[in-house]
Amino acid sequence: MASESMTSGEYISHHLLNLTYGKLPAGYERVGYDGHSHVLEQAEWTLAHSATEAADMGFMAIHLDTIGWSLFLGILFCWSFGRVAKSVTAGVPTGFQNFVEMVVDFIDDNVKGIFHHKNPWIAPIGLTIFVWIFLQNLMDLVPVDWIPWLAMQMGVEYMRVVPSTDVNATLGMSLGVFLMILYYSIKQKGVGGFAAELAFQPLPKWALPFNLFLEVVGLIAKPISLALRLFGNMYAGEMVFIIISLLPFYLQWTLSVPWAIFHILVITLQAFIFSTLTVVYLAMAYDHH
Amino acid sequence: MNINLTLFAQLISFAIFVWFCKNYVWPPIVAAMEERSKKIADGLNAAEKAGQDLEEAHKQVEAQLVEAKVQAAGILDQANKRAAQIVDEAKEQAVVEGQRLKGAARADIEQEVNRAKEQLRSQVASLALVGAEKILEASIDENAHSDIVNKLAANL
Repeated sequence: MASESMTSGEYISHHLLNLTYGKLPAGYERVGYDGHSHVLEQAEWTLAHSATEAADMGFMAIHLDTIGWSLFLGILFCWSFGRVAKSVTAGVPTGFQNFVEMVVDFIDDNVKGIFHHKNPWIAPIGLTIFVWIFLQNLMDLVPVDWIPWLAMQMGVEYMRVVPSTDVNATLGMSLGVFLMILYYSIKQKGVGGFAAELAFQPLPKWALPFNLFLEVVGLIAKPISLALRLFGNMYAGEMVFIIISLLPFYLQWTLSVPWAIFHILVITLQAFIFSTLTVVYLAMAYDHH
Repeated sequence: MNINLTLFAQLISFAIFVWFCKNYVWPPIVAAMEERSKKIADGLNAAEKAGQDLEEAHKQVEAQLVEAKVQAAGILDQANKRAAQIVDEAKEQAVVEGQRLKGAARADIEQEVNRAKEQLRSQVASLALVGAEKILEASIDENAHSDIVNKLAANL
């Protein structure tokens, strides 16, 4: 446990709070650490000091930890893969190039099996999603207290290191996928064709409202299910790690080690599912029904 | 769980990473992999072709060997024939030479015999004279009787 003065509940909710930077409205009453409160005279952009403050910031707030870590991991992906791409050789591959080629080949095979049209974007999208989400999920295997403790020593109060346990991050990515679905649907079928697809099936024309309802729900379910599946899996996994870390330190390994080993499977699988379903959805956007 | 601007920040970074990957990561790696698989395919083809060439060369060598054997046999045969011919010729020559030598020897012998006979004849005449002198114990006129003795010697 991070500090002995916390109750278990406080410890858990502390671990589940993002480092939130947002706008507090004028007239907002902030409660300081010492229990004194003061009222803001005008709207202020600031770091949230509690879950209540973070919630009260509403939409005009940003999770610095989520964005920071996901940017860091995304850049790590671009840097390491980009370095290989720069020095890549058609001769005998060595070291990291082997690994990169293995991943690329895996994604390439997967995409070729699902997506049968010509589009140079699809496979790189699949690769980016797979590796980026895998790296995000991988942060879950760093013991839950290490990085938050380090951050605390540096004066940062909250630090969640697994971006994919933040529903904003997963929704952000699935929103990107959703926009691509819309873009390619309209590009392939035209606005009319896409609208007809939403309106005139599965039942004939007379059931248009019913069709529209069914198809729009189906369409929106795609990004929502993508986001919530990943979020749910990672959030639950992280939660279990946090609860395990409530045990006395000499007992933690009995549960955390098996859970971590199991989790290796989960994080890879979830990254793969997100990536594959994205490709499937984009293939569906291309296909005429 | 608060939904907030993080959503859009994530969306933007997602777009940037995808763009980067599409432009700088994916194409060179896939190109290199395709080039390698093409190289390997070419190599395998070349190996197969080399194998076929080798087999063909083996066949050619065998054919040439057979031909060479036939030629060698022909040459050997010819040589044998020629050798037999040479031996035959030599034999014939030897026989001819032998006969020639024999002929010459025979002529020599005849000549010797004739010469011996001649000598004998001349010696017989004088022997007969001596003998007759002894028998007659008288002096015989050598001139008178030499005709008779010579006739006698010629009859020998």
